[in-house]
Amino acid sequence: MATTLAVRRPGSRLKRRNTLLGWSFILPNFLGFALLTLIPVFALFYIAFTDWNAFGTADWVGIDNFSRLLGDQSFVTALLNTLYYTAFHIPLTLGLSLALALLLNRKLRGVAFFRTAAFFPYVTSIVAIAVVWNMLFSPEFGPINQFLTAIGISDPPGWTTSADWSMPAVIIVGTWREMGYYMLLFLAGLQTIPPELYEAARMDGANAWQRFRNVTVPSLRPTTFFVTVMLTIGSFKVFDLILVMTNGGPGQSTLVLSQYIYNKGFVENQLGYASSISIVLFLICISVTVVQFLINKRSDD
Amino acid sequence: MATPHHAETVTRPAADIGTPSTRSSGHGPAARSIGRVLGYLALAVAAVGVLLPFFWMLMSSLKTNNDVFTIPIQWIPETFVWSNYVEIWQKSDMTTWLKNTMVLALAVTALQVFTGSFAAYGFSKIRFPGRDVLFLVYLGTIAVPWQAYMIPQFILMSKINLSDTLWSIIALQAFGAFGVFLMKQFYETVPEELSEAARVDGLTEYGIYRRIMLPLSVPALASLTLLTFVNTWNDYLGPLIYLRSPELWTIQLGLKTFVGQYNAEHALIMTGSVLSVLPIAIIFMLGQRYFVEGIATSGLKG
Repeated sequence: MATTLAVRRPGSRLKRRNTLLGWSFILPNFLGFALLTLIPVFALFYIAFTDWNAFGTADWVGIDNFSRLLGDQSFVTALLNTLYYTAFHIPLTLGLSLALALLLNRKLRGVAFFRTAAFFPYVTSIVAIAVVWNMLFSPEFGPINQFLTAIGISDPPGWTTSADWSMPAVIIVGTWREMGYYMLLFLAGLQTIPPELYEAARMDGANAWQRFRNVTVPSLRPTTFFVTVMLTIGSFKVFDLILVMTNGGPGQSTLVLSQYIYNKGFVENQLGYASSISIVLFLICISVTVVQFLINKRSDD
Repeated sequence: MATPHHAETVTRPAADIGTPSTRSSGHGPAARSIGRVLGYLALAVAAVGVLLPFFWMLMSSLKTNNDVFTIPIQWIPETFVWSNYVEIWQKSDMTTWLKNTMVLALAVTALQVFTGSFAAYGFSKIRFPGRDVLFLVYLGTIAVPWQAYMIPQFILMSKINLSDTLWSIIALQAFGAFGVFLMKQFYETVPEELSEAARVDGLTEYGIYRRIMLPLSVPALASLTLLTFVNTWNDYLGPLIYLRSPELWTIQLGLKTFVGQYNAEHALIMTGSVLSVLPIAIIFMLGQRYFVEGIATSGLKG
C-alpha cells in the first residue's frame, strides 16, 4: 500500500540501505537460529498431529495423540511430578537465594570469596553433581544419613532409593545447584536500591524488618519478577538432573514431563506422540510466562 | 562506625555488583556486634552447605575404594591414593572424551561469540523496519524450553545427515538467542554519539563494529565466551541424543557410562567427576568476575 509511494520519499533510500545493512549483520546468526530453532518450533505443531516413527513417514491422525494423552496414566503422573517439583523448587530457591543475597550484601569479611563459591555449583556439570549427591544420599553409609543418625533420627530416609523421598532428594540438589545463580541476580538488584531510601526509613524509625518489608521488597520487585519467570521455566523443563540421579525412578516417582517426552520420542521412537506431550509442555511454559507478565503489568499500574 | 577493622579492606570482585551499600543495623554497638556474629555464623553455615559436596568429592577421589563409605565418615584419607588419577586413564577413554568436549566447546564458543555479537550490533545500532519484531521473536524463544522442540529438531538434523556427528552439537548450540541478547544489552549502553562521530569520519558500519564496538565490548565478550564454553562443556542432553558412537562421546557422556560400568568403584567414579569439573573450576577461578558480569547483565532487564 504505502510502500510504492514511500520509494519517492527522500528518506526511503536510507531506509532501504539500513534494512540491507541491518540484515547483513543479523543474517549469519539468523540462518542458524531459523533453521534450528524457529522451524522446529513450528514443525512441532504439525508432527504432534501425526503418527510418526523415526524412519517411517508421517501419517496425519488429527487429535488422536491428544485424546490418547488424556487416558495415559504415565502422562498424568509425569505432569503431577513436574508440578510437585515446581511447587517446592520455586519457593525454596527464591527464599534461599534472596536470603543469601541479603547476607552477602553486608560488610563482612569473606563475602567476596563466598559470592564466588556460591555460584560454583551452577557452572559445574550435572553429571558430576548428580553422581556425588547420589553417594552423599546413600542410605546406609552415606554422609547425610550418618549425620541424621548422629543428631538422633533413628530411621533416616532412603532418599533416591525410596519412592517417597526421591523427589525431595532431587529438589534439594536442584535448589542447591541453582540458588547461587539467582543470588547473583538478587545481589545485582540490591545494588540498584539507593541508600537514601534506607536512611529515610531509618529517620522515620523503621526497624530492620520494616525496612526490609517497605524498602527492600518493593525495590526488588523487577528482579523478583524476572527470577520467578526464569525459575518457573527452569522448573517445568527439569530433566538432566533427574535423568542422571534417578532416571525417573524408583517406579515413576520422579518421572517428569521432559523425561516422558524423551522416553516416548528417543527410546520408543513414537515421535508424533512425544510431540503432542511437547506441545503440552510448550503451552504450560508460554501461558505461565504470559500470566506472570500480565500480573506484573497490572501491579505496575 | 567505630569498628576496629575497616570493612573497606575486604577484597571485592572487580565487578561492581555486590558491593555492600547498606548497613544492616542502625542500633547500638552491642546490637551491631550480635548482628555481626549472627552474620558470620550464617555465612559459615552457607559456605559449608555449598562447598562440602565438592570437598567430599575431592577427598573421595583420593581414597581407596573401601574408604569412601566408612562409619564414621573419614573426611581426609589416611593415605592419599594418587594412583586413582593414573588408573582412570587406563580404564576409560578419558583422552577421547576430553578431546571431543574441547573441540565442541571451542567451536561453539567461537561461532556463538562471532555471530551473536555481529547480530547484536544490527539489533542495537541500525534502525530498520521489522527489527523490533524480529528481536521479540528471538526473546520469545528463550521462554520455550528446548525439551519442547528437541523432537522436530532431531528429525531435521537426521534429514540433513548431521545426527551422530560432532557437527550436530555445534549446530545445536552455536546460534542460540542468548549471545545476541547478552551482547545487545551491552551495546545499548554504548552512547550513540560515538557511532555518529565515527560515521562522520567516514567509517562504514562494519568498520564501526570492528574498530569501535569490538574493542569496547571486550568484558562483555569475555562473559559470553566463558558462559558459552562452560555451558557446552557441561551439556549432557544434547550429546546424549545426538552422539551415539562412542568415539564421539563427550566427557559428560563418558563419565555417565563409566559410572554405569564401574558402579562399585566409588573412588574411581569420584576421580572421574573431579577430572570433568577441574577444567571448569580453573576457568571459573580465572574469570569469575566475567561470569558475575555476564549473569548480572543478562539477568537485569528481563
